[in-house]
Amino acid sequence: MSIIKLLEDFTTEKLTSESSSRRQMFGSLGSLGKRAALAAVPFGLAATTSKAKAATTASAMQTYPVSALQLALVLEYIEATFYAKALDSGILSGYPKAEAIYWQISKHETAHVNLLKGALGDAAFDAPTFDFTAGGNFDPFGEDGTNSALAYQQLLILAQAFEDTGVRAYKGQAMNLMNDPDLLTVALQIHSVEARHASEIRRLRGLKGWITGDDRGMGLPPIAQPVYIHEDNTTQGGVDVTTLGDGSPFSFESSTEAYDEPLTSDDAGAIVALFLM
Amino acid sequence: MKKQQIKVATANGRNRRQFLKTSGLAIAASGLLVACFDDKELYGNDGPFDLGGGDLGVLNYAYALEQLEAEFYTKVLNGSYWSGAAEMEKTLLQDLYNHEINHREFFKTAITANFDADEVLPMLEFDFSSVDFNDRDSVLSTAQLLEDTGVKAYNGAGKIIETGAYLVIAGKIVSVEARHAAAIRSIRGGDMDDFKLFAGDDAVDPATGLDGSENPSVILAAAGGFIVTEFTANKLP
Repeated sequence: MSIIKLLEDFTTEKLTSESSSRRQMFGSLGSLGKRAALAAVPFGLAATTSKAKAATTASAMQTYPVSALQLALVLEYIEATFYAKALDSGILSGYPKAEAIYWQISKHETAHVNLLKGALGDAAFDAPTFDFTAGGNFDPFGEDGTNSALAYQQLLILAQAFEDTGVRAYKGQAMNLMNDPDLLTVALQIHSVEARHASEIRRLRGLKGWITGDDRGMGLPPIAQPVYIHEDNTTQGGVDVTTLGDGSPFSFESSTEAYDEPLTSDDAGAIVALFLM
Repeated sequence: MKKQQIKVATANGRNRRQFLKTSGLAIAASGLLVACFDDKELYGNDGPFDLGGGDLGVLNYAYALEQLEAEFYTKVLNGSYWSGAAEMEKTLLQDLYNHEINHREFFKTAITANFDADEVLPMLEFDFSSVDFNDRDSVLSTAQLLEDTGVKAYNGAGKIIETGAYLVIAGKIVSVEARHAAAIRSIRGGDMDDFKLFAGDDAVDPATGLDGSENPSVILAAAGGFIVTEFTANKLP
């Protein structure tokens, strides 16, 4: 099942009157939704028979890059749509520095959408409908009566979540692009831009530009913890980097800050699912 | 003295000992240098250290750049700008120092564990005389240059890597370098009321939203001004 199928199912669920709430469909919050898992895994592990496995593996070898780019496109759509709405909402008008930052980021995310759609060609898709409230957990655009100062805080919180997710999700797809050097390079060139975005949004919020342990940072609600899962890893290439020397460079903090961890397709898909209508 | 593994070569390819003899430099100086070298290594070598190709080449390349950054931030933390800097900047630069030292030691360990001893890039010597570590702008502008360069270097090296695990590691590091670059730029941008500098049009193409990417030969030529120790990257693009 591809990310496209996941999006189609969402639309279908929305239209049928018997559909359960999105949250019920995904099971408990914070755990990996079964459907998100199936959709996000590019090589159809849902197939259980060996014959089916062989068939899916063969096609999977060719579709790894496509699945990777499709996941990237969804994430870019989330970001591009979010930043456009944020700038449109008027909430940033009292915050010129934030507004300037959002304009610059928005410009990049829109460019990324166009780039990925071009790369995907027929395998591209239109932007899904997003729920930036994540099922009522946020009110970033002040649509539900939230005062604009609080809405501003939520705009920054969501931006941080999206950017840190984007960095990790792209990283998680790098190996899927190894057979196409040009595509891999472009993905890396997008990935580092997302990291610049993440750094600046975090610092705008008064945090460090880098992630310490798996700390989601002041102000982010528990629903956002999946964005930081496994960020407390200190083992790199089989080596525990805290053991490489003495002093501050080898503390748990430094050791976890110095490396960003990839997100698996599953985990990235689960975060995406939180924001699908 | 520990046997020096670096085969230092002069521009015309002659080994340093011969160069010193024929150039008439002070006996004391040449004696000191010569004492560090094993004769067999000095005369029996094929020239300067080469980074190698494929995975080894990229890992050594990354190690070289991390050595450069680690040494830079070490000097920053020993300079009077840092010691008198505002708390936020002190903490930030200390974080950068911590991360780059960690990266450097990681690469040293990883390359040593996976390749032969004589394939591991030795410790390089650097020249930061062009930087005034007592001057805020000199430090921050150089930090920005090094971090931006690191991003471009890693982005351009990805396609050369052959083993998935190494690509993942490079990926884990490049995004942190980009976070660094954005943070340094953000500080400098704030000074100039340029709130977009963190990912400015000078670094990120405004039409494509893409960060820079360069081949090793380009990066090493640009970074060469800081690197004293000669080495080659003949098997890297």
